[in-house]
Amino acid sequence: MKGKSLISITDYSKEDYLEILDSAADFEKNPDQPLLQGKVVATLFYEPSTRTRLSFETAVQRLGGKVIGFSDVNSSSVTKGETLKDTIKIISNYVDLIIMRHPMEGSARYASEISDISIINAGDGANQHPSQTLLDLYSIRKTQGTLENLNVFMIGDLKYGRTVHSLLMAMSHFKPTFYFFSPEALRMPSGYKHFLKEKGIKFVEGSDFVPVIQEADIIYMTRVQKERFSDPIEYEKNKSVYVLNNAMLEHTRPNVRVLHPLPRVNEINLDVDDNPKAYYYDQARNGLYVRQAIICKVLGIK
Amino acid sequence: MSTIKNFSQMTVNAIREGTVIDHIPPHNLFKVISILGLNGINNQITFGTNLESRRMGKKAIIKITDKFFTDDEINKIAMVAPQAKLNTIRNYKVVEKREVQVPDTVTGIVRCLNPKCITNNEKVTTCFNVLSKTEVTLRCHYCEQVMEADEIRIL
Ligand SMILES: [Zn+2]
Repeated sequence: MKGKSLISITDYSKEDYLEILDSAADFEKNPDQPLLQGKVVATLFYEPSTRTRLSFETAVQRLGGKVIGFSDVNSSSVTKGETLKDTIKIISNYVDLIIMRHPMEGSARYASEISDISIINAGDGANQHPSQTLLDLYSIRKTQGTLENLNVFMIGDLKYGRTVHSLLMAMSHFKPTFYFFSPEALRMPSGYKHFLKEKGIKFVEGSDFVPVIQEADIIYMTRVQKERFSDPIEYEKNKSVYVLNNAMLEHTRPNVRVLHPLPRVNEINLDVDDNPKAYYYDQARNGLYVRQAIICKVLGIK
Repeated sequence: MSTIKNFSQMTVNAIREGTVIDHIPPHNLFKVISILGLNGINNQITFGTNLESRRMGKKAIIKITDKFFTDDEINKIAMVAPQAKLNTIRNYKVVEKREVQVPDTVTGIVRCLNPKCITNNEKVTTCFNVLSKTEVTLRCHYCEQVMEADEIRIL
């Protein structure tokens, strides 16, 4: 029997999203539910991502399941040249579910096609990281009470930031208005803007978010990375334009929340951390419940 | 010039039973031959290339005796010869003219341009979803990278 897998955020419909968010809300009330008792889950991390791995492994343990796997390619047979195909074929004989992170893009989709059991993609290179997007949705719904008709600000690197692309695709089901703020060189790719136009979703694009920040319900910050700029002067000019500080939040809506996929560098000033509108630490905690919900959904046990 | 014209006519006319594929871009002639697997069959095959074409400037043409193609087979060449025309010949007469249609998915013909794609790093048959058929745009089924027409490379 072919398992159901979660590889890309667009594998799921609006109904699937809502089902997972409801289930996650239930896990938030009661995280210890022995739904995975007697089950073994493999976490195969071909590149290190300690936060994501621990979040998934905690989710499994809180569900009463057991975890095997590796978090370091050097200690596994991968360095001896074993193909992904062989590793997946073999490990899928041992366990009930594979959660994998791999530097090659498309690796998780491929794994889901050769495996008889379910695969959860915990990141395939710069491509997809659907549990991040679902925890973003969860955080937005939890803080706003709804996902519908929100003004979503996306600030920073909108060109290479996969989290903003996936969030855009997921939020497109809920009639948002997007506000894109980025350096000229890191604009939202035209493919996504075409998609929004076709769906009749409003968006505004600009370089300075401060004058309109009072419109925001959600402020989603991303890192502007130095290595994305060919010209170091351009980086120096741009880096401080996309830093959020506490004073900027003074006249914002009372319901506004600041999100960030973490880790941050300097794009959110430390003086924001104690503002009740800062939500990025809670956002990370929500990841646990959302991952519990995702695991149960792909295994069809809740 | 007239010899070229004659050759072109001859290639269409001289075949009794079979298929003539016309309007192939000359630089992709051998890719068409390879995609259709013509180098591995025993049928009589003639081709001409750099023939004059009012529509394309230069074109190539292939005629294959006693060979007929299904739509699925012939649509594979859409990536390299989107304007190709297929003439089915029975008893020296063109009994059917078909145009190549860009399929909804392209399997195993095109290489993904993303060097970090799993298909470029492990033995995986490539697969692309066709986003646009007019200006052919493909999205890799695996890494989800989008390729525009001028970025498409044949394996
Ligand atoms: Zn690819």
